[in-house]
Amino acid sequence: MNGAHSREIALVDLLDRVLSTGVVIAGDVTIAIADVDLVRVSLRALVCSVSTVSPDPVLAADAVLAEDPVRAAGPGLPAVPGGGP
Amino acid sequence: MGRAVSDDTWRLWLHGVARDRVAVTVAGVGDAPVRAVSAAGLCAYVSPAPADVSGAGELRAHLEDPAWVARTAFEHHRVVAELAAAGPVVPAGLATVYRDDTRLAATLERHAAGLTGALDRVAGRTEWGVKGYVRSEPPAAAPATTAGGPGAAYLERRRAELNARERRHDEAVRDADAVHAALARRADAVHLHAPQDRRLTGDPEVMVLNGAYLVQDTRAEAFAAAVRSLGATYPGISLRLTGPWPPYSFVPAIDTKEADPADPSGGGLAYAGEVP
Repeated sequence: MNGAHSREIALVDLLDRVLSTGVVIAGDVTIAIADVDLVRVSLRALVCSVSTVSPDPVLAADAVLAEDPVRAAGPGLPAVPGGGP
Repeated sequence: MGRAVSDDTWRLWLHGVARDRVAVTVAGVGDAPVRAVSAAGLCAYVSPAPADVSGAGELRAHLEDPAWVARTAFEHHRVVAELAAAGPVVPAGLATVYRDDTRLAATLERHAAGLTGALDRVAGRTEWGVKGYVRSEPPAAAPATTAGGPGAAYLERRRAELNARERRHDEAVRDADAVHAALARRADAVHLHAPQDRRLTGDPEVMVLNGAYLVQDTRAEAFAAAVRSLGATYPGISLRLTGPWPPYSFVPAIDTKEADPADPSGGGLAYAGEVP
């Protein structure tokens, strides 16, 4: 990786990657969390719980492009700290 | 899907596989310390699986718990990010667990060639994300017609708005294809994630591109410049660059399924990424 980047990442972007197919491959066993549905269920619940806890989360890290219009952060996922080294 | 889990418990939570031994300074899941398990010239970085996820039922239940998923994803990622900063790594997906060191070492032995090949492919490269949204526009001016009274005027205005929105969406989709093709030419591998739902992102605009690009580190700045320039070239789409990411989207899922002649997908390393 390219060093010197330390900023927050959006949880939803991280989940795209660590849960990529919606299937959790659990080393010794394949747990079919699959069919994506379960994951989506989790994420829907995540949205609900997040919006009740934090109505105005800051979606950081996406604003890399200077000319990108500033977006009003709606009831989205929170950013998690520690995107890069 | 929904294959039941056979026996017992697991104790190791896998973060990723690298070639070299790295001193990991961050904690793993449940804030437990990270250590390496070596075999076949590879180092697997693990932390103890939390006691409450030592069975499939428990893990399944946790994956329905948003707070747990968020916390665990972050705890997993901070280890992977540190490994990626030190050198090539094959990141494990969330909740890749093993019973013990012996089973994990056997996995490394069995998949040594695939893992080594994956490490070679990601060496000196970084994953970047590019998300594209339908660009928002100010609402069109109300049409001057009043022939049918206020109700008809409203309906007409509404229809015009919907048509305009549809046109913007179609244009953004076409632009997304063009942007993706242009970025793919600058990447060694690409992977398209499903566009994120607005309920998840909280963004007002619809996402039409959610791409991941594996880019040589020497070309990272040129790639970022290309994203900026494509954003200016294609007016229908608004682009956002994310990263650097460990190469999550470009490594095989580490799976110990034994090869099963009846199951063509069994036993191997399944790749998510594609060569453009």
